[in-house]
Amino acid sequence: MTKKLEDLFKEELNVINIGLESFAENLKNEGFNAIQVDYKPPAGGDKEMIKLLDKIDRISDKIEKANKEAVKRIQKSEPVLVDVQTAKDALPNFEGKMILHAAPPEKWEDMSGPMQGAAIGACIYEGWAEDEESARKMLDVGEVTFDPAHHHNAVGPMTGIVSPSMPVWVVENKTYGNKAFTTLNEGLGKVLRFGANGPEVIERLKWMEKVLGPALGAALRKTDGGINLKNITSQALHMGDEVHNRNKAATSLFIREITPYLLETDYSNKDIKEIIKFMGGNEHFYLNLSMPASKATMDAASGVEYSTVLTAMARNGVHFGIRISGLGDKWFVGDAQKVDGLYFPGYTEEDACLDLGDSTISETAAVGGFAMAAAPAIVGFVGGTVADSIRFTKDMYEITIAENENFTIPPLNFRGTPTGIDLTKIIETQILPAINTGIAHKEPGIGQIGAGLVDPPEECFKKAIRAFAQKYTK
Amino acid sequence: MAKKALVKEGTYFDSVTLMSISKDVKALDGVREATIIMGTDSNKEILKSADLLVPEAEAAKANDLIIVIDGEEEILDKAIEDTNKMLAEKKSTSDQEQEYNPGSLDGAINAQPDSNLVIISVPGEYAAREARKALNRGLHVMLFSDNVSVEDEIALKELAVEKDLLLMGPDCGTAIVNGAPLAFANVVSRGPVGIVAASGTGAQAVSSLVDRQGVGLTQVIGTGGRDLKSKVKGIEMIKDMKALAKDENTEIIVLVSKPPAEEVSKKIMEEVKKIDKPVIVNFLGGDPSVVEGTDAIWADTLEDAALKAAAFIKGEGEVNSAGLTEEEVAEIAKEETSKMSKDQKYLRGLYTGGTLCSEAVILLTEEFGEMYSNAPLKDELALKEDLKSIKNTVIDLGEDEFTKGKPHPMIEPSLRNERMVQEAEDKKIAVVLLDVVLGYGSHMDPAGEVAKAIKEAKETVKTRGGYLSVIASVCGTEKDPQNLQAQEEKLRQVGAKVLPTNVQAVRVVSKILSDLN
Repeated sequence: MTKKLEDLFKEELNVINIGLESFAENLKNEGFNAIQVDYKPPAGGDKEMIKLLDKIDRISDKIEKANKEAVKRIQKSEPVLVDVQTAKDALPNFEGKMILHAAPPEKWEDMSGPMQGAAIGACIYEGWAEDEESARKMLDVGEVTFDPAHHHNAVGPMTGIVSPSMPVWVVENKTYGNKAFTTLNEGLGKVLRFGANGPEVIERLKWMEKVLGPALGAALRKTDGGINLKNITSQALHMGDEVHNRNKAATSLFIREITPYLLETDYSNKDIKEIIKFMGGNEHFYLNLSMPASKATMDAASGVEYSTVLTAMARNGVHFGIRISGLGDKWFVGDAQKVDGLYFPGYTEEDACLDLGDSTISETAAVGGFAMAAAPAIVGFVGGTVADSIRFTKDMYEITIAENENFTIPPLNFRGTPTGIDLTKIIETQILPAINTGIAHKEPGIGQIGAGLVDPPEECFKKAIRAFAQKYTK
Repeated sequence: MAKKALVKEGTYFDSVTLMSISKDVKALDGVREATIIMGTDSNKEILKSADLLVPEAEAAKANDLIIVIDGEEEILDKAIEDTNKMLAEKKSTSDQEQEYNPGSLDGAINAQPDSNLVIISVPGEYAAREARKALNRGLHVMLFSDNVSVEDEIALKELAVEKDLLLMGPDCGTAIVNGAPLAFANVVSRGPVGIVAASGTGAQAVSSLVDRQGVGLTQVIGTGGRDLKSKVKGIEMIKDMKALAKDENTEIIVLVSKPPAEEVSKKIMEEVKKIDKPVIVNFLGGDPSVVEGTDAIWADTLEDAALKAAAFIKGEGEVNSAGLTEEEVAEIAKEETSKMSKDQKYLRGLYTGGTLCSEAVILLTEEFGEMYSNAPLKDELALKEDLKSIKNTVIDLGEDEFTKGKPHPMIEPSLRNERMVQEAEDKKIAVVLLDVVLGYGSHMDPAGEVAKAIKEAKETVKTRGGYLSVIASVCGTEKDPQNLQAQEEKLRQVGAKVLPTNVQAVRVVSKILSDLN
C-alpha cells in the first residue's frame, strides 16, 4: 500500500527537527511529538567527501540491498568452537619460516617495539634462534616471512604474533562453513603478545603447546559438535562483559562448559587442575575466543559486491587498517592513534605504544566498544561514567545498519547491539567506531600499562570511500 | 584596539544560538565587535568583509567554531573566557533538557520509527541533501532553509511529486500541519479552512484572521516563495491543493501568493477548475481577472481572503467585519494629525513581515502613486544603496539587505528599533506604520520590544514640538504564546493606535497622509 499525501492529514504528526532547536521545543510545548537531531554538517563540511557521498547515494538501492545481505550473514553466522590444532596444520598457506602478526601488513623494520619483541620471542620459541641477538640477525636479513594473521583466516590480540608450532583455537561458522583461528590467551603481565620474550614467556608457551592446547583439543573433540560461542557471548553481555576489554563472565561460562569434557580426557588430575587454574586466573582468557568468533562471522560477510559494511578493523602499533565488504581483501590504512586512557601506576602516556591489535574485530562484529552499555564496570576503568557507556553505544547506532538479533543490552531495554558498521555513515556523520582497548608499553616485553579509548584515523575511511566510489560509480 | 581569535575544533552550534551569544559578547565593556560563527567558507567571507578574518580564523574548518573579538587590548582575554562560559552554559542546559539526541536523520528514524515529517533548517549548502534523504525515506519535508539553488528546488519538488510527499520550501517559514505550528506559525483552532501559501507572513495573517473569526484551519501548507515563479511552475502549490481537495475535513481552500508568472497563473487556474471545493485566490497585487472562467473567488487582500473564507463557513451575516467605517477612520486620523506640527508630512512604514509589507506597499501605491520601498512596486521607487528613506517610504526589514549575518527582525527586534529611533530624527516624519507578528518562532515579546522604540521616537518628535503618530496592527491570535490582547495593550500603552488588521492600519495611514497634504 503506497501512502498518499492526504493520508498525512489523518495521521498523528511525529516530527524530526534538523536545525533550530526551538522548532522542536515549540512543538513539544503544544503537545506534539518531535525529536531533535544534533546536526553537524555532513562529512564535517569536507567538500570532496560530500561529493563522493552524493555520487554514492545515486546507487543507494544497490548498496542497501548489498548491506542487507552482509548484515544477514552477520546475524545468521553461528561460530562454534570445535578444536585446538597446531597453527601450521590448521591455518591455510602457513608454511616455512613464517610469522603472522596483527594487521595491516608491515615490514619488519617498520614494526612497533612490542611487535618486534614478540617476533623475536617467536623465533626463540620455534628454535630458529638461540637468543635475541641471533633472532634479530635472521629477521634483519629477511630469513623469516611476515604476513598479517588476517590473511590466514586468523586474528590475534595486541601484537597478534602466531608462529607455526603454536596451538590455535579452531572456530567454525556452522552456517557458512568458514573457519577462523586464534592462539590461546597467555594471561597478563610479561607475555609474548605484548612483546615479552624472556625465558618464562617461552616456557609458558611450551606448556601451552604441550599440555594446554592438546588437552583442550581433546576435550572439545568429546563435545557434541563443539561449544557455541555465540551463546556464550550473548549470555556474557547480560553479565557485564562486552567481550573485548571485559571477559570475566564469558571466561567463567567457558570454564563451566569445558570442564566436564576435560575430565573425560586422559589427562591427569594434576594437569587438569593446572589448566583450570590457568584459565580461571586469566580474566581475558575468553578474548581469544570472542575474537575468532567475530572473525568467523565477519569473513562470512565479506566480499558482498556493493556492500559498504566494514568487515575488519585492525591495528599493528604503526598503522590502522580497515576492510570493506564490497572491496574485498584490500586494506585501507591510516596512522595508528594514541590511546586516550588511564595508566597503571608508574606509567604515563610517554610510555605507550600506539594503538595495537586485531581485537577490533569485536567492534566490527557488534560487540566490544559497540556493546559498551552492557559493561558499565569497565567504563570506570576507561575513565567514563555509566551514562557515557550508554551514550557510547547509542552513538554507534548512528553508523550501523541494524540491531543485533542475538546480542542484546539490558540497560537499553534489551535493544540489540549496533550491527554492521556502514562506511558511508561514518563519513557522513564523522562519528568514528568506538573502540576500547588495552595499552601496550612501547618497549618490548613490559606488557600492558593501561587501557582506554581510541579513535581510528579518519584517513583510512576516506581512502576506502574514494576506492568505493571509484569501483562502483562512474 | 586589537583583535583576538579562538578556534574551537569540531564544535558545532546553530547560527541562532551563536548570534544570540555574539550579541551578549558585544555588550561586554570594551568590546567593539564580536563574532562567533562556524568556520564555513561563506562565514569566512562574512568575517573578511567585517575585517575580522584573522589568520587563526582563516585556517578554521567548516565544523570548527570561530570566536573573533575586536576591542580594547586589555579586555580581550577576559572576553574570550566569558564567551567560552556562555557557550558552555548553552551546552550544559541543552544536555539537561535532552538525554540523547540522535546525530543524523537515520538515527532519528531509529529513535522515532513512526516519524512522518522533517523540518530542515540547516545551512543552505547542506539543506538539499537532507531534504533529498528525507524524501527518499518516505518523509514529508518542511525546508525552512534558504540559499537552496532553484535547480535543487525543482529536483526536490519533482521527487516529492513522484513520492506524493510534501516538500514545503525552500525558504518556507510557516506551516500548520494537523494543528501543529511548524517554525513561524500561530496557534489556531482546527476547522474546515485549508491554506496553501507561497509566503510565510501571508499564511500567518490569513490563518490568524480566520481563527479570530471563530473558524478553524485544517492545514496551512507553505510552498516557498519561488514556487509560483516561471522556473518552478507551481509544482508544490498544485500538488498541495489537490491533496486538500481530497482531504475530507477541508471544505474551502485559500491560495495565498504574490502574483505568479503568467503561464504559472494559467496552470494553477486550470487545476482550480478541476477542484469541486470552493477556492479563494489571493494573488496579492495581481489581476482579479485570473479567476474569470473558474468558480474561484478573488480576494484583494489577506484580510479579504480570511473574511471570505470565514463567511463561506459561517454564512455572510455571521462574520465580524474587521473593518472600520469611513467616519471611524477619519476620526482617528483627525485626532492624530491635530497634534502634529506643520512640517510633518511623511510616512515611514517599518515592517517585519514581508507579505504584510507588500500588502501595505500595494494599497498605498494605489492611493498615492509614489511609495518608496526596498521592495517597491516599480523600480524607480526603490531605495538607494544606503537604504535611507525617501519621502513616503515603507520598508521590509526582513529582506536580505538588512538581515545579512543578523537574525530576522521577527526574532530579534533591535534592527527595527534602531531604525525607528533614527527615523524620528527626520523633521518631516509624521507617521510610523508597523506590524507586530506573534506566534511560535517569533520573539516572545515583540510588542514590548517595539514599545521601547515607539516611546523614544515619540519623545524625540515631541521635544521638537511635533507629534509622531504610530499606527500598528498585530498579526496573531489569543492562543499564541505572546497573547494577542496583551501585545496590543503594550502598544496602546505607549500611545500607538492599534488597528485590528494591517489593511485597516493602512486605511488610517492613508487618511492621515491625505489630511496632511
